[in-house]
Amino acid sequence: MSANIYLHEFRSRLKSVLNWSLAVAAVSLIYFSFFTMFADQAALMNQMMQNFPPELLAAFGMQGLNLATVLGYFGFVFLFILLFLAIQAGNYGFGLVSIEESELTADFLLTRPVSRVQVLTSKLLAALTCLGITDLVVWVSSFAAITLFRGKYAYEAGTLILLLLSVIPFQLFFLGVGLVVSLLVKRVRSVTPYSLGLAFGMYVLSAFSGVFGDVTLELITPFKHFDPNYIVQNGAYDTPLVLLNLAVSLIALAASYWLYLRRDIPSVS
Amino acid sequence: MSVIEVTNLTKYYGKSRGIVDVSFTEEEGEIFGFIGPNGAGKSTTIRLLLSLIHPTSGSARIFGKDVTTHGPEIRRDIGYLPSEVFYYEGMKVIDLLKYSASFFDCDCIQRMHELSETMELDLNRRISDLSYGNKKKVGIVQGLLHSPKLLFLDEPTAGLDPLMQRKFFDLIRAENARGVTVFFSSHILGEVQRLCTRVGIIREGKIVEISNIRALQQNNYKKISVAAERLTPAAFEMPGVTNVQVEDGTLRFFFKGDINAVLQKVGAIQVTDVTIEEPTLEEIFMHYYE
Repeated sequence: MSANIYLHEFRSRLKSVLNWSLAVAAVSLIYFSFFTMFADQAALMNQMMQNFPPELLAAFGMQGLNLATVLGYFGFVFLFILLFLAIQAGNYGFGLVSIEESELTADFLLTRPVSRVQVLTSKLLAALTCLGITDLVVWVSSFAAITLFRGKYAYEAGTLILLLLSVIPFQLFFLGVGLVVSLLVKRVRSVTPYSLGLAFGMYVLSAFSGVFGDVTLELITPFKHFDPNYIVQNGAYDTPLVLLNLAVSLIALAASYWLYLRRDIPSVS
Repeated sequence: MSVIEVTNLTKYYGKSRGIVDVSFTEEEGEIFGFIGPNGAGKSTTIRLLLSLIHPTSGSARIFGKDVTTHGPEIRRDIGYLPSEVFYYEGMKVIDLLKYSASFFDCDCIQRMHELSETMELDLNRRISDLSYGNKKKVGIVQGLLHSPKLLFLDEPTAGLDPLMQRKFFDLIRAENARGVTVFFSSHILGEVQRLCTRVGIIREGKIVEISNIRALQQNNYKKISVAAERLTPAAFEMPGVTNVQVEDGTLRFFFKGDINAVLQKVGAIQVTDVTIEEPTLEEIFMHYYE
């Protein structure tokens, strides 16, 4: 790893990290501030939920979710926090090396006396640092939201910690898969369509997997690997799915190194 | 000592040709001109030498080390000025140059200021605000900043005004006088002629000629024009005559071979005017491309 590349990468992402972090913190704080209103009218709420078709509830990951409990309510907003984090991590993954190639600064960077392994490692570590900062903000704002607005209702702290820690491997998946896809295609012209596509694609897969009860779809989407609903209801991870998730991320990262070392850097054309 | 040794270097991008079977060497302290039209493979060769792309077959060594395995080590002593320069748009010139310098084990700040002064480059402007020519100047300073031992210049003068071009050439000559080896790729023959000691000509991915620039001009071809009445190309139909053109009773052609043979033919007819001169590099070059 080389410190100057790491710092350069980190600085260039700082603004994006701030934006994403603040957005996520705002969502969780605002949403959770309504908790006691929902919880106080729990019976009414759950009755209303029963009137929705089960397919719709499944699509929003709300099946069996009890909105009257702290974590049941939090699990619902957490799904959307995950969607935010998926897009952010996807952005960093798809853009990690492709932005330098489309803006043609890759020539500059790779003619410095550094190896490609050093370049990729420094870039990855910088991206991970940025994701880590976002995670800290997510954790702090989630704790703050729950502490401030939970009123008289109690919750299982261990489950909340499991839920919050799941964001790390969750982001790693989108970072790794984004990176490897960006290296498999010839040229990524714009990062956003890719990252939005991957994040929403995975989300929709997870939603449909609920609708049809199809097992195979669960295997590929991190929204199922770390299904907040499952974690809240069981107070534990779905271990095989989590291991599968980690395996995919690690293979994607290893493949990225392999591809990047052999990559022909495209020139102006 | 050979600074660059290229052996049967070949690069295909999928099925399309980059370069085929390119071999040449460049000695220490030389300014080697690499000439060819756009798309001939000049940039491909340079990108292979910088290990930005990987060879399909063949090998290249710089400072005696293989470019694919010792890239980072080699690049410590290399400066590169691409034909089109692209830098991080949001950065200021000075920050970019400092970033570049941070990769090298050198105290480059003083040199950075000297070079910027020579090239009249404003260090406090943002890269995105710079004109094409000014970006090029950033490229020049960035390429020379760390006092490299080998310089790759890929069509370096595009975008520079004539005054800057001259300053740039003076800079390159001064570097060369300090012992820096220069690999100069261009399709502008005049500048190659002014600067280089040896040239390689590349066409459609293949080297067609490597020669000392003097030898290329003197020993190869003579440009001959003969003016006489009722002159037809048939009068000079002999081996070694090429590019015959007739214009207002004047016959022009290139000749390669024993000059006496031509003089005999000239002696046999009543001429009004004869000139025999060295062809310019431009003309030699065109000849290779026909």
